[in-house]
Amino acid sequence: MLRASLHAVTPRPKNKYRKVIAVRKIDPDANRFRKIVRGKIRENLKQYVSQGEILARKGKNLVSVPLPQIDIPDFRFGHTDQGGVGQGSGEEGKPLGGEQAPPGPQAGDQPGEHILEVDVTIDELADILGEELELPRIEPRGSDSIQVEKQCYTGINRTGPDSLRHFRRTFKNALRRQIASGIYDAENPCIVPVREDRRYRSWNTKSLPQSNALIVYMMDVSGSMGNEQKDIVRIESFWIDTWLKSQYENLETRYIIHDAQAKLVDSHTFFHVRESGGTKISSAYNLAKELILKEFSPSEWNIYPFHFSDGDNWGGDDTAQCLELLRETLIPFSNVFCYGQVKSAYGSGQFIKDLREAFGTDEKVLLSEINSRDEILPSIKTFLGKGC
Amino acid sequence: MMDDHLLTPEIEEWRRTIRQYALDASLDFFEVIYELVDYDEMNMVAAYGGFPNRYPHWRWGMQFEGLQKQYSYGLSKIYELVINNDPCYAYLMRCNPLVDQKLVMAHVYGHSDFFKNNCWFSHTNRKMVDTISNHAVKIRRHIDEHGLEVVEEFIDLCLSIENLIDMYSPYFSGGEHTSEEVKDQERIDEIGTRSSVKPYMEEFVNPPAVQVREKKEILNKIEEIDNFPSEPQRDVLHFLIHHGQLKSWQRNVLSIIREEAYYFAPQGMTKIMNEGWASFWHSKMMTTKILDSSELIDYADHHSGTLGSNPGMLNPYKLGIEMYRDIQARWNSGRHGSEWDSCQDAHGRTDWDNAEGRGLEKIFEVRRTHNDITFIDEFLTEEFCEQHKMFTYKFDRQQGQYVLDGRGFPEIKNQLLEQLSNCGRPRIYVESGNYGNRGELLLKHDWSGTSLRMDYARRVLENLEKIWGRPVHLETIIDGKTKIFGYNGSRHEERTGS
Repeated sequence: MLRASLHAVTPRPKNKYRKVIAVRKIDPDANRFRKIVRGKIRENLKQYVSQGEILARKGKNLVSVPLPQIDIPDFRFGHTDQGGVGQGSGEEGKPLGGEQAPPGPQAGDQPGEHILEVDVTIDELADILGEELELPRIEPRGSDSIQVEKQCYTGINRTGPDSLRHFRRTFKNALRRQIASGIYDAENPCIVPVREDRRYRSWNTKSLPQSNALIVYMMDVSGSMGNEQKDIVRIESFWIDTWLKSQYENLETRYIIHDAQAKLVDSHTFFHVRESGGTKISSAYNLAKELILKEFSPSEWNIYPFHFSDGDNWGGDDTAQCLELLRETLIPFSNVFCYGQVKSAYGSGQFIKDLREAFGTDEKVLLSEINSRDEILPSIKTFLGKGC
Repeated sequence: MMDDHLLTPEIEEWRRTIRQYALDASLDFFEVIYELVDYDEMNMVAAYGGFPNRYPHWRWGMQFEGLQKQYSYGLSKIYELVINNDPCYAYLMRCNPLVDQKLVMAHVYGHSDFFKNNCWFSHTNRKMVDTISNHAVKIRRHIDEHGLEVVEEFIDLCLSIENLIDMYSPYFSGGEHTSEEVKDQERIDEIGTRSSVKPYMEEFVNPPAVQVREKKEILNKIEEIDNFPSEPQRDVLHFLIHHGQLKSWQRNVLSIIREEAYYFAPQGMTKIMNEGWASFWHSKMMTTKILDSSELIDYADHHSGTLGSNPGMLNPYKLGIEMYRDIQARWNSGRHGSEWDSCQDAHGRTDWDNAEGRGLEKIFEVRRTHNDITFIDEFLTEEFCEQHKMFTYKFDRQQGQYVLDGRGFPEIKNQLLEQLSNCGRPRIYVESGNYGNRGELLLKHDWSGTSLRMDYARRVLENLEKIWGRPVHLETIIDGKTKIFGYNGSRHEERTGS
């Protein structure tokens, strides 16, 4: 199954030479492995595919890179029973610490048979998600109307700043000139470029159509939303993010939390805020509406509001207000409006029923009930499976 | 070897020099052929277990991807790769600076000497490069005939049990060859013949036709009544090759996997010694002869990177090199033998030196005759453990993590030996190939204090059942009780054994 945490993925550093290399002997094996991991072939091995990760350093941050691996079963010892021998200072009873925790016995007769792993980049993750859930490609709207100018360094110029000097071309020209004029000495090859030899990179301007998307995550943080509920929201948001990012070049995300009042917050707050207070869903919808009107014109942006709650709204006319807000503004603005209801011990779960009653036939309103972690994937499929 | 793998003139010159230094140090090695490779070629060869020609299988790809990943994130890089073969093949990473190339070459001569002289490698195939290529050809042929999917699936089954070999059998005469058939044949020969008084009476006393019939009967009887194997067999793969219900191509695949497992086994049995030996010599040659003063810092950095141990971890390179140094020092000053052992006087011990001077000789002897287990058993001393701050750790269930357990010498030594025995894997025997008189397979786990991971074990049983062709069982001890786990092709069962 697919699993990752928010910080868990970094794209693989691009190796520009990779494509130049002719087919390597090992490529068929590597491809076959990737196919097995993705469940394309050898279904019977799928049970042995597990998620691993390695910790890597990127800039200042430690990132963990997910690595699925295939673990062929063998007779082995139950891990936690085993002790071992180590080296270092410390008192009796001192914990060895998480990262130093020994990974079982060290000796083995082959180089790392069962521990090696392979990575999946964020693009691949999106692909896998797409394949796994059979998600359709999204047809962006408004794409023709928006043109973005981009500068690409694709040309060569005889003049330019030194910082853009093309060393290889410069060197080649100098070499060519020296050979042509007979100064070149093969015994003592000394290439000195002169001004005429210098070449510089230069740019061309291209205009590209661009598609923009805005995701507005709204989460109920009232007293009834516990940690488990928020974890579910967090995991689901990550995967939605991953998929939409693979579909849109320019993806903006905004986070709104609400209890009886709504607030625009950053992603950290969104995922870490403590729960309290009552619930007034209309506050969040109002804020979303204002946000869109102010910053993201619906004609230029593909807008995806996602709202997660346990379905317990304040009594009175708040639900009526919500429905009106949705009908009048939010739904017309959006590509789709998604509401996910997380099951909690306290919530009545009434809100989804109200929505179903009001918009049951509307294709742009997608409703999903998420009772446990296992239902996250089906829920994503409900939300993104329409391809609009 | 392709031309672009040739050493540069500078490295080639150093190779000659270092080779001469190694000879001067009386290392006795297989000739080493170095190839210069890029990082992805290096990773590829490493993924193939050192051999550029292997049969197609996804696990090489898995290892390759892992290595590429680790390299591209700067997490780890393979410095050195050497194959036990005559001649030895070793790979140098093209992008490494000269000081690293020197270090690796010096290190490799240590390995090559170890391969050639350590007795646990004595039975290994020294033309393994050719053999492994032949294996690849054979398996490709099976794939052509039966399809990739089918062959790969069978290989995967075999990988589940590839460790179930008897690592010590190659060292006993004929251990490989006294199969059950041979023993049965001997028995039949004995029983089935009536001794004839006169040679000319022979064909009347023992008419050939009757003899054949009788032999057949006896053979059938043995099949029926004998619980074979007659004694528990460690080499489960051998047993399966000869008695499992396999097609001939499957038998061939399984024996290829077994042969390769035997080839690699000594490297697991001598990890500490082998790496320690190579590190000992690279360190000695680099610091006394090879290094240019400008390279000192880089060398020190890389050397300590290899030998450094994380707090709380034991690095086999480090343990190995320090043990050799310790042995050398002890045999130089005569700190061994009964006189030394009986000396209780603290001052006497610290000042002990009878100028025996046999240190170097001793470590050469040690590298010839020992494996990791006997090495630790014989030469790990209390002083050494103390000096290197060794400790034992255990898993604390309450805290849910590993904690430092103690610093007692007997415990450290025991733990280390336990960890090394059978390369840290459970010992599994074939107990019976006719379990319950139903032709079912019974394996027995020789329990030594640690339980098996049963979720994995059940899956192994599923795989084994496909190879054996009949229900399979495993006897082990869980929570102090003897249990027998069985799998009959459709479901698992578990019962308490006697």
